[in-house]
Amino acid sequence: MKKFLSGDEAFAEGVRLACPEVISAYPITPQTVVVEKLSEMVENGSLDAEFIHVESEHSALSCAIGASAAGVRTFTATSSQGLLYMAEGLVYASGGRFPIVMMNANRATALPWNIYGDQRDSLALLDTGWIQSYAENAQEALDLALMAYYIAEHRDVSTPYMANLDGFILTHTYENVDIPAPEQAKEYLPPYETNNRFDFEHPVNMGFSAGPETNIIFKYKEHRAFDRARGVIAEAEDRFAQVFGRRYTGLLDTYLTEDAEYVIITLGTIAGLCRNIADELREQGIKAGVIRIRYLRPFPNDEIAAAVRNAKAVGVLEKDISFGNAGTVYANVTSALQWGGITAPAYNFIGGLGGRDISADDIRDVFTKVQTGTDRLNWIGVSR
Amino acid sequence: MNASALDKNEYFYGHKACAGCGGSLAVRAALKVLGERAVAVLPAGCMSAVGFNFPQLCFGNNAIISMFAGTASMLTGVEAGLRRYARRKGYKDFHAVGFAGDGGTADIGIQALSGAIDRGDDILYICYDNEAYMNTGIQKSGLTPYGARTTTTPAGANIHGNIRPKKNMFEIVAAHDIPYAATATVGYINDFINKVEKASKIRGTKYIHVIAPCPTGWGIPVSDTVEVAREIADCGLWYLAEYENGEYRLTRDPKEFTSAEAYLRRQGRFKHLTDEDIATIIDSRDRKWERIRKEWK
Repeated sequence: MKKFLSGDEAFAEGVRLACPEVISAYPITPQTVVVEKLSEMVENGSLDAEFIHVESEHSALSCAIGASAAGVRTFTATSSQGLLYMAEGLVYASGGRFPIVMMNANRATALPWNIYGDQRDSLALLDTGWIQSYAENAQEALDLALMAYYIAEHRDVSTPYMANLDGFILTHTYENVDIPAPEQAKEYLPPYETNNRFDFEHPVNMGFSAGPETNIIFKYKEHRAFDRARGVIAEAEDRFAQVFGRRYTGLLDTYLTEDAEYVIITLGTIAGLCRNIADELREQGIKAGVIRIRYLRPFPNDEIAAAVRNAKAVGVLEKDISFGNAGTVYANVTSALQWGGITAPAYNFIGGLGGRDISADDIRDVFTKVQTGTDRLNWIGVSR
Repeated sequence: MNASALDKNEYFYGHKACAGCGGSLAVRAALKVLGERAVAVLPAGCMSAVGFNFPQLCFGNNAIISMFAGTASMLTGVEAGLRRYARRKGYKDFHAVGFAGDGGTADIGIQALSGAIDRGDDILYICYDNEAYMNTGIQKSGLTPYGARTTTTPAGANIHGNIRPKKNMFEIVAAHDIPYAATATVGYINDFINKVEKASKIRGTKYIHVIAPCPTGWGIPVSDTVEVAREIADCGLWYLAEYENGEYRLTRDPKEFTSAEAYLRRQGRFKHLTDEDIATIIDSRDRKWERIRKEWK
């Protein structure tokens, strides 16, 4: 069934199809539409779940952890300051291997206050042990909601999953979206079964302490789960294509990179405009290409290195800055390039903070600078 | 119900609590009342620090450490999750019970507790009150009493320990119009276990606030825990009460108080108090009881 939906609404439809049993959430712009839709679904009976009106984001995640420990599928959603307020719970959920799925509406972080989209919230929490995906459009948002549970709950992974949607640009923009039938979703995603839960026959102590002797072993196991998640993501997408007929491309999405000499690497909604400009440059005989990173964790190290093997230079365009260094995506990409033996220079372009528009001209300028060479770190639209 | 009739099974044993620990006594007794179908949630604090050291895990029932501020919110999730899981698997009869210390309850966890009571979640929240952050080395909490010396309220010539009275958690909780709230002390263990049993049969949110002396933090011999826990109620510096159906009720109404001064003087944390300080404490006690006797049944 096709419907005209915003990114938030599409994600809520995906959650409905995934049938979580406990939803705990606290409102924050621009996430609110998701929790409003889910509340309506619970009210009208199209979703059989407990909707818990928690008193904070910290409690939203704390509640989801408790419910997950009881053995049921859970969902929460947040954004920006709310995500930061949850930060303690993020490491808690991942360390406990609770496969909670959370939607995060990417939004700027205070100060100064700003409700518009950038990616500083989720990127600041990249190291908290959550799988992180970044959607480009509403259809992908819906589909990722289903795949998120498939991947997070897979026994080889058992790791929480944060699905990121660009605030307003994706969360509040309407597109035609195909909503799968519940029977199809059921075929794709079986009910949640786990041993990582309370058990009255064999009681368990969870969320325990592990001292200096054993702590690193638990962390190593978490890391290994991310390595396995690479294969599980591929499996989730293969199964998805079989059941729903839509195919996704793994940890990243490449465009004209085969023979590309100048490649922009980015994430989220801005990738579409980058592809348009790449087309334009191709018409002028410039071999331009675009990589859209779909998963920041696990990170597509080998895939990026392979996709830029013919590049003369690379630009990383992101809505984030790690003060005192460069963009977080850039730091990750350059590490992948170094490891992959890529010696082409890589330049960082910071833009779109606090929702500032990144125009077609801005992207043309980025491509130009990548061709001619520029500073290591470049701020779009900021005159010094 | 009295202590001799309790479940012979142990649900909290092999832990590393200090000798004479009042908190571990409260947890042990409450779990014996609630039985093997209790799922315990404990935040960071003494009882989680002594009970959950992998691979030495000390709860015989299902148990989990929550985030420090998240006892009540995790209880909410546990209860909702178990209810759903039970519906699918066809079992019932479980209790979601929290054991949080005074700091975990009155300070960092009060927001989550308030939220859970507001939602009416079907959980039992037990605050074991040892009157300071004992796990981290005796720092002042919102439930540290007036005059007590802690490592962050040192008793010197200028300031005689903690200058603020205990936060009134029992009445703060009751003001939410909670279905059931009670105060208790490990010194009157039968009273405590009866309140736990009563709470376990009431639907909605239940709160029990139990005084649990800490010999290390209070400066008392490890053999005196129960005696001191009894004395705090006998001398009127604590009271045993219930809140139910919108009304407060004393469950113990001493005709005469024993000496509050004797209660204070036997503890290292109050050793520095002047006669004036003690008079202030007694005056505050008397005003409290005057109000209790006037307004409660």
